[in-house]
Amino acid sequence: MVEGNGILVCGELTEEGQVAPMTFELLGAARRLAPEVGGEVTCVLLGSGLDGHAQEAIAHGADRVLLVDDPLLRDYQGDAFVPVVERIVRERGPALVLLGQTMVGRDLAPRLAARLGTAVTMDCIELAVQEGRIVATRPCYGGNAHARYAFVTSPAVATLRAKSQEPLERDDARQGQVERVEAGLDPAAVRTRILGREKQQAEGVRLEDARVVVSGGRGLGGPEGFQQLEELASLLGGAVGASRAVCDLGWYPVSHQVGLTGKVVTPELYIAVGISGASQHMAGISQVKNIVAINKDADANIFKAARWGIVGDWKEIVPLMIEKVKALKAAGKLRA
Amino acid sequence: MSLHIICCVKQVPDPETPASQFKVDEAAKKVIPAPGIAPVPSQFDTIGVEAALRVRDALGDVKITVLSMGPDSFRDAIKHCLAMGADEGVLVNDPSLYEADHWVTAQVLAAAIQKLAPYDLVITGRQAVDWDMGVVGPTLAELLGIPCITIVKSVRVEDGRVVADRVLLDGTETVEAPLPAVVTVSNELGEPRYPQLRQIMMAARKQVTVWTAADLGLDPAQLKNRVSLEALYVPQVKVETEIIDGETAEEKVEKLLQRLVEAKLI
Repeated sequence: MVEGNGILVCGELTEEGQVAPMTFELLGAARRLAPEVGGEVTCVLLGSGLDGHAQEAIAHGADRVLLVDDPLLRDYQGDAFVPVVERIVRERGPALVLLGQTMVGRDLAPRLAARLGTAVTMDCIELAVQEGRIVATRPCYGGNAHARYAFVTSPAVATLRAKSQEPLERDDARQGQVERVEAGLDPAAVRTRILGREKQQAEGVRLEDARVVVSGGRGLGGPEGFQQLEELASLLGGAVGASRAVCDLGWYPVSHQVGLTGKVVTPELYIAVGISGASQHMAGISQVKNIVAINKDADANIFKAARWGIVGDWKEIVPLMIEKVKALKAAGKLRA
Repeated sequence: MSLHIICCVKQVPDPETPASQFKVDEAAKKVIPAPGIAPVPSQFDTIGVEAALRVRDALGDVKITVLSMGPDSFRDAIKHCLAMGADEGVLVNDPSLYEADHWVTAQVLAAAIQKLAPYDLVITGRQAVDWDMGVVGPTLAELLGIPCITIVKSVRVEDGRVVADRVLLDGTETVEAPLPAVVTVSNELGEPRYPQLRQIMMAARKQVTVWTAADLGLDPAQLKNRVSLEALYVPQVKVETEIIDGETAEEKVEKLLQRLVEAKLI
């Protein structure tokens, strides 16, 4: 058993107000660690209008759900969220606090750890208990290396990489306690102010949900090539991704960026076109089993991770793929 | 109104090092520098300096101090930022801090920032490109007791406030905070400017102030890491790659699609 009592999972809501899939992955990880850590798995949800969400968290593995429902918590702001979670941690004394490596977790986890005077490890892919200590494994050096850390202080605070943990099968028969907790926030403590939001309109299949992703890199030579990738993706019922290099060059919107600082995707099939396979890009597809690489350079790093590769010019290969996929589709040879 | 911006920078092994030359000394738990590849300033940090320079371009009266912590070789990263246009450089160099974790690093940088006061804005990269932790910036804000806006693509200062656009997964969010504040910047801000030869020569002549832990009133014995690095290794990836051959591109594409159909992937 480690110092502290149980595991606290900081849940998140999607923009549509549902419990985020990341939260279920965290609960899955917490459930598997719970026998060794000891104590309960508690899930805290912060937001505005949380009715009905507690049962979702319980069905996915929480023993106890804390609902902190307050209009001040409608949108994430560190100044509002950090003190609420800090107070809950101090009152409940968990051994481990888990968050997602999301836009919320990236801001909340380090600040929470600093206020608690404890340590945090970010973007972990594995957590374990070894000799009474919590141990976290995480990629570093853009994914070229893995580091394993042991926590010296308690509680341990860690964020987990999206899709690195299996959620539990939903079980509506699972029982749990639900508590409503006052936010007790002083509005004056919130020093930042959100002035506005701009949403990039995503068309077609969402990148994170896509079964097939067709991604382009600097090898495309310009933004024009993405039209063909869009056509191929659309024929395969998939979405288009992009490397950081091409997003930085303005060839494709940042919201499509796959990699360490972009999105983590887990399609069944990932087609990488003109992508060299820099480790920071690979960090976004490390869970993908079927990668197709199309690249002129036979030595490109992407081929090492690919199940199939074609060494050749995308300008020749991709139009042929579009043509032949169309023919297969017309002949009814593609899966529905 | 005169502004003082402090940019925190770190020197790292070049992240463009080919994966084949990336090696780890597992016993020492350290990355072995690739021969012939010089370390570079962490890119997100130079983007932070770029953000500061853009504030100066807009407002004029802005002093930019570059702050780093590490061995003497880290001067190169500071000099690079001075050549970009920063005004002063400070290096905290104390051998007792070479194994500092992110917590100790933040403690030391916060003490240095307080010694550099008054300041209006602290800018860091969203994460260093070696450990990819992304913790020091937000921790500094907590230690200094000032607001924090993380992972932004633009930084403006107006009427004693900082206004920044946070990068969200599907868009941006404009956030303002009163000064002083900490801001961490992301690559979406844009390429950092590259110093001209004349600026490099001028920066070479600038003095870098060097402080030890004692100069900051810190006792290294009291600065204890909160995580211990147990292991560092190169993960083994086992994928059997089939490079599809064929006389023509058409043949290769046909074979590939055949494989994908057989595997029920399309």
